[in-house]
Amino acid sequence: MRFLNHKFLEQHAVLLAIMTLITVAIGGIVEIVPLFTIETTIERVKGVRPYSPLELAGRDIYIREGCYLCHSQMIRPFRDEVERYGHYSLAAESMYDHPFQWGSERQGPDLARVGGKYSNEWHVAHLANPRDVVPESIMPSYAFLADRPVDLDHLADHLRTLRLVGVPYTDEMIANAKVDAIAQDDPNADTTALLKRYPGAVTGGFGGAPEMVTERDALIAYLQMLGTLVKFRDVSPDDLKQ
Amino acid sequence: MPTKREKDVATVRETTGHEWDGIREFDTPLPRWWLYTFIATIVFAVVYCVLYPSIPLLRTHTEGLLGYTNRTALVASTKAAVAAQAKFIDRIRAASLDDIRKDPELLGFAETGGRAAFNENCAPCHRPGGAGAKGFPNLADDDWLWGGTLAAIQQTITHGIRNADPDSRQSQMPRFGADGILNRQQISDVADYVMTLSHQPAPAESAKRGAAIFAQNCVLCHGEKGTGNQEIGAKNLADGIWLYGGDKATLIQTITYARNSSMPSWGARLDPVTIKMLTIYVHSLGGGQ
Repeated sequence: MRFLNHKFLEQHAVLLAIMTLITVAIGGIVEIVPLFTIETTIERVKGVRPYSPLELAGRDIYIREGCYLCHSQMIRPFRDEVERYGHYSLAAESMYDHPFQWGSERQGPDLARVGGKYSNEWHVAHLANPRDVVPESIMPSYAFLADRPVDLDHLADHLRTLRLVGVPYTDEMIANAKVDAIAQDDPNADTTALLKRYPGAVTGGFGGAPEMVTERDALIAYLQMLGTLVKFRDVSPDDLKQ
Repeated sequence: MPTKREKDVATVRETTGHEWDGIREFDTPLPRWWLYTFIATIVFAVVYCVLYPSIPLLRTHTEGLLGYTNRTALVASTKAAVAAQAKFIDRIRAASLDDIRKDPELLGFAETGGRAAFNENCAPCHRPGGAGAKGFPNLADDDWLWGGTLAAIQQTITHGIRNADPDSRQSQMPRFGADGILNRQQISDVADYVMTLSHQPAPAESAKRGAAIFAQNCVLCHGEKGTGNQEIGAKNLADGIWLYGGDKATLIQTITYARNSSMPSWGARLDPVTIKMLTIYVHSLGGGQ
């Protein structure tokens, strides 16, 4: 092993470079190889679908306003968390998230299953002034969201972009992005087509005036669907094996 | 680079034999405690890798001798917790709500468990202790929109009010102003009349006109004297307790646009035993009427 002693290596630059590369590559492989097998970590559960255009717009506001800085969306498989927030989060539930919103801090509660937990009226009151409904809250007011319209014209582009990174939006979904967003926000709209494309979407208006799709409507639409897609009554423990 | 190990002349300590421009270094051994700790961490890592899931393979990963995962551990800890409380939980599951109330031991357990579930799930709207807020009913008083009996409370919690659950409580107050059923003057008059129902001062003349409008439009749900109807969640207008407010401006707004607030359905989110405990707890706050 004359070639592998320190003195020899240190005196031959090319050999040193090659050996350094090999050493660093081992560290890289250990981190990268699991990514090739990531498919096997996604549970085989039914119900997870891409976000509807309005939910997606709400998700953008969630990210823009930095909600993730104080709210996680990751219920860990510990009893205290599951008792409080509901079934632990699955990898499958964020497989269409780009980027995912798991978060790392909880100044506020976890929101992974906040969908359906409160009424729309509650969300309206809470976003306007959190302390009106939760006196001990330290969350800022997001009252201004009620006055800002959602940019509906760019929703189709957003869907198309997400399709590039693997979210299965169909041509039909992209073509109807704006129509679907308006229909989901309008209590009197015919939502049959919307619900066929996005099963389980919460419809019927979100507290805003019907003539304008506001950022608050979009955000509430997003919050009201979080964690509601997988029906855990129909899921067997075998389905959750990774 | 000479590699001859030698003793340093001044200190009589061994050097490494390396020398750069006349500078040599001592070969001081690592402190023993440090070395042993280091070796112990290596041993720990090896043992850990054998016992726990650790090494990624191409399609899977090593599962470890213990076969530990957070998810299986959760199932076990949940089972243990349920087993520890089984004595109570099984009885609550089997017993009727009335029987739970008669059994002091079960009642205590249910009220405590119900309070915990209430504080997490219900208090954001109904406030701790059920004190309520504008638009979110007070549960600690005797004024119940949909009934304050055990059965009525359980039904309301399980299916909620005006939501997508097909069994949720449904009713809809018309938007008298927004949909053009009444004009502004009529709404103002009927608001004056409604104020008199709870003995608030209002102009007698317009209240009299309002009484006629009330008799035509409101009596069917709210009753002749405005005492409401819990079958359809029609509010009691005569008891001086208000969900949104009993002043004239608020009443006009309510009559014009209607409220029809909703409550989520909890049957799919909480298990039946928790809902039973919640029912007992909420009933203990202000139930019975």
